[in-house]
Amino acid sequence: MAPILVARHVTKRFGGLVAVNDLDFEIEEHAIASVIGPNGAGKTTFFNCITGFYVPEEGTITFEGKEIQGLRPDKITSMGIARTYQNIRLFAKMSAIENVMVGMHPRLSLHWWDAVVHTPAFVRQERRVLRRAWELLDYIGLADWANHQANSLPYGAQRRLEIARALASEPKLLLLDEPTAGMNPQETAEMIEFIRKLRDDWDLTILLIEHDMKVVMTISEKITVLDFGTKIAEGKPEDIQRNPRVIEAYLGRGAASGLPTAQAADSAA
Amino acid sequence: MQATTWRSTIKAGLLTGVIALYVALTGMVLSLSKRPVVDKLSLGHVVYMLVFVVMGYLTARRSSWRTTRPALVPVQGLVVGGIGAALLALLPVFGQQVDLSWIFVTTKPNLYKFLLFNQESMAVGVAYLVLTGAALGGIAALLPILPEVLHQGLLYGAGFTLLLGVLSDLAQRTVLKVVLKPLFAYKGLKPSGALILFVVLSVLFGLRHWWLQRQRERSTMEVILGERPAWARGVQQGLLLGFLLILPVWLLNKDAYLNSVVNLVNLYIIMGLGLNIVVGFAGLLDLGYVAFFAIGAYTVALMTSTGDLGHGYTFWQALPLAVILALVAGVVLGIPVLRMRGDYLAIVTLGFGEIIRILANSDWLKPFMGGALGVLDIPKPALGNLVLKEEYQLYYLILAGIFITWFIATRLYHSRVGRAWQALREDEDVAEAMGIHLVTTKLLAFGFGAAFSGLSGAIFAAKVGSVYPHTFNLIISINVLSLIIVGGIGSLPGVVVGALALVGLPELLREFSEYRMLFYGIALITMMLVKPEGFWPKKLNVYSRPQDDTGPATP
Amino acid sequence: MNQWQRRLDYWRRRYDITDVVVWLFGLTILAVALYGVVRSLQTTTYDAKRWAQFVVYGVSQGGVYALIALGYTLVYGILFMINFAHGEIFMFGAFGALFTALALDKAEYWNQHPVASLLIVLVVAMVTSSAVAVLVERVAYRPLRKAPRLVPLITAIGASFTLQYTARSFFGSGLRAFPELDMLKGSVNVLGLEIGKSHALTIVVSLLMMAGLYWYVQNTKTGKAMRAVAENKDVAALMGIDVDQIIVRTFILGASMAGVAGVLYSLIFFQVKFFMGFVPGIKAFTAAVLGGIGNIPGAMLGGYFLGIFESLGPALILEGLGIPAPSQLKDVIAFTMLVMVLIFRPTGILGEAVAEKRA
Repeated sequence: MAPILVARHVTKRFGGLVAVNDLDFEIEEHAIASVIGPNGAGKTTFFNCITGFYVPEEGTITFEGKEIQGLRPDKITSMGIARTYQNIRLFAKMSAIENVMVGMHPRLSLHWWDAVVHTPAFVRQERRVLRRAWELLDYIGLADWANHQANSLPYGAQRRLEIARALASEPKLLLLDEPTAGMNPQETAEMIEFIRKLRDDWDLTILLIEHDMKVVMTISEKITVLDFGTKIAEGKPEDIQRNPRVIEAYLGRGAASGLPTAQAADSAA
Repeated sequence: MQATTWRSTIKAGLLTGVIALYVALTGMVLSLSKRPVVDKLSLGHVVYMLVFVVMGYLTARRSSWRTTRPALVPVQGLVVGGIGAALLALLPVFGQQVDLSWIFVTTKPNLYKFLLFNQESMAVGVAYLVLTGAALGGIAALLPILPEVLHQGLLYGAGFTLLLGVLSDLAQRTVLKVVLKPLFAYKGLKPSGALILFVVLSVLFGLRHWWLQRQRERSTMEVILGERPAWARGVQQGLLLGFLLILPVWLLNKDAYLNSVVNLVNLYIIMGLGLNIVVGFAGLLDLGYVAFFAIGAYTVALMTSTGDLGHGYTFWQALPLAVILALVAGVVLGIPVLRMRGDYLAIVTLGFGEIIRILANSDWLKPFMGGALGVLDIPKPALGNLVLKEEYQLYYLILAGIFITWFIATRLYHSRVGRAWQALREDEDVAEAMGIHLVTTKLLAFGFGAAFSGLSGAIFAAKVGSVYPHTFNLIISINVLSLIIVGGIGSLPGVVVGALALVGLPELLREFSEYRMLFYGIALITMMLVKPEGFWPKKLNVYSRPQDDTGPATP
Repeated sequence: MNQWQRRLDYWRRRYDITDVVVWLFGLTILAVALYGVVRSLQTTTYDAKRWAQFVVYGVSQGGVYALIALGYTLVYGILFMINFAHGEIFMFGAFGALFTALALDKAEYWNQHPVASLLIVLVVAMVTSSAVAVLVERVAYRPLRKAPRLVPLITAIGASFTLQYTARSFFGSGLRAFPELDMLKGSVNVLGLEIGKSHALTIVVSLLMMAGLYWYVQNTKTGKAMRAVAENKDVAALMGIDVDQIIVRTFILGASMAGVAGVLYSLIFFQVKFFMGFVPGIKAFTAAVLGGIGNIPGAMLGGYFLGIFESLGPALILEGLGIPAPSQLKDVIAFTMLVMVLIFRPTGILGEAVAEKRA
């Protein structure tokens, strides 16, 4: 399959600090891949470069054959990339269903005058919006919470709502920033299943940032390891587990002796 | 809640004293003393006595003894009021020895006399003051330990009796005078009238509370969320519309003064609806809002005036242009400033408001805009042969303006644009990541706000008949901002509540106008600290499933 | 791609029509201003001495702006909020100075011991301003430190109006005359230039205060703690810094500067009124933005720049455009400048790219 997103030589600096350094990266269509690395390795910065929040100083990012680096975030979202945030960022004072409705923004076309006059097209579109928002809430199992303020939802529900909001923009590529952060093992296992189901149901490509090694190893088809902004390893989960440079980055120098196991990597996270 | 101690009570008493001193030093006490509320009790008395009442009440409400040792709670109130009054008494005692008036202009002998109940002997006066403070604090502290129905009934009963007393001369100009006549003296309530009103209102409010309480216990979540039947809402809206249509000619008796106050309130409502889009929906703090009001007003003034500066168009020809010019100004100003962060926006718009005023005032533009002398001789709008020259006739024009702006604001709110505005208000970065074009979305909010303000300004010019640059100062912007915050940010009915409370009341109490800005400032801070959602908070929209939704929940 | 192509490519991607409109708007104003300057210089009736006096006047005015601007910048640097009430803190300082001066004048101390009197007045003004600032921080800002951004901004506006109209109620709505100081009458001759003594004093005192402040922030323990808190509140708290305490001290420091500014302002204009904080407040904020908000040397530079620009502006730009009574439009120049800075260099003269606030 062809790669849906290709990054070449991407570099992002903050003053003297090189947050992402000459990064090459690609992800196949319909794949689930992860970017891992210690704190401050540049994972979220890389996400921000893809979604247009940061403009990389060098390099190109190509999405479905079009260069997107430096485009404004709203344009990139309209092209089919959506994301969630490490520390949940819902529209707190809006209801759950309104959050989803906002997500549909780039897929709607009518203007304010349609809204004032209530043209037939507008009425049709609003009905479609509402129906789809309910469908999405049903899909993530939050229909009962539809009319509750987003910040009153339980933690796990907020995570799922954020995903629903991203799905509402009909993305082809979904970026999830630590989707299982702060979850207990039970919830984490559910989330892993949910992510897989997402990919299959919506024909998505999913790119994760994740700290939890168990999650990364179970779910990813490909893992990219960053350290100090540089890619130090890439490959299948099994290969990554055995890679001495990865272990060194996570556990420090000298820890690379002995056979690393999933458990070791896990506890390191 | 911290455990209550005598020490915290004394602290509350000291705070009470400081607040009472502050009130006395602002001069409110004396300048409001010419308005009687009940018999000889004037608004001046009420203002500083309210400090003891409110503080006694609040102390009691927050007291942890309310459940453990209820008998001590009124004593607490007594102490708070007493200490507060004693501190206040220091002002006349000290002030009669040392002249303070070169610092505090209000500390004149007649203030001291007033505070000491006009007693010859200082000792007697001080004793009166302290006893009054203690008594008021103690009585107010009783309320929270009474049963809820009594508590709420008495609280609202007393509040509204006072309000009626304050507004007595105005109430007597309305059609209600027939009913109220026996209760009122020439100015203020008769003591007997006050007592009757207090009892009746207390009972009514008590019953209301009891009824609401029962409703609340009975109803489940669904009932609260579910909509009332369509016919009930129709009837309700019909009644409201009917009331609004007959208000100036029936209830207000075509009274020119009362109707002019209502018209002013209504003009502020139009502005409030506009600024509510900018601040309430989209979360952009615009402090130069008066500029668009001025642009609307000057457009109508210059186009229609029959004076030297005018161009002889009719009001109806000028009105659309006024709205459009305001809108264009909004967009032109918006483009550079809307790319900035929120707090810069506040200052730049503030500066813009000042620029417009300075330009209108300048000699440079005097040949076109009249400079400080303003534009005079603006004719009233006419419908065919009917010239809307009376305030009660203009009322309908302004009411139409409110309906139109209200309609547009509601429609926009429930659309893609409205949702984008709210998203923007909640989190700009995420909104952008959701595909919302920040600048156009903000511009749209800014443009609508400006257009509404322009509309209001256009009607204002025609209503008043003349415009001067000094009318359009920052205070109007702050007025509008305060009223939407007091009413409830983002809430349309809140705009009405805010305008009535912050424009209507001060306008009716002319003695109060000097303290208006002080009042707004304090209102802004207190609301943000205590009740940031406002007095009529925005309700969360409720969305039900579309009826034709039958298909299975699949992507 | 060479560098220029790359830059062009970047612009094409990042900006759209609204940005172009903004730049055109800004460039138009710039062009008009430049045309005004050229015309003014061609037709000017002022000699070099007069221009120099404009500059001196601007420097002294700018010193006042700079002192006030420091308060905005210090608070912004640490709390990332605009202390809207800062202009009023300046005003209260001036009132504190006024009453002290009146008392000293009544005791016939004022003109007999002018230097000692001035020192007393300065201290009282600093204390008054600081007291008001601490009160505002405690009542209106501290409880809302974690609230959404709009909330403290609104209380700040509320605090500003409350203070302004409290002063109006307490001290009266009219002008209050500041007692004149014989020592400051007349002028001194510096390098052939006649400088009013009060202007000279203003220039010297403001420079001294700013040098003192800079030293304080760079070298004392409190100054270092301030910079730590500005960097990261949580980490600073972990390092054992009492964040609340440091914030209060920052307010006091900024307010003291405003208090001194209040005295200097009164010595230039010899009048004090409740409304006096408003316009200098906005101007000083402009100065702070001009220099790069959050940046201490920037605020100083911005203050002087604004003072000079504003003093020269009417004669240098507006007269050439044929505008009558150009000094009426002095404030318009300052506000326009603020807009121009925000269009072309939102980070200010010395501001580094304020760390992108992004996700």
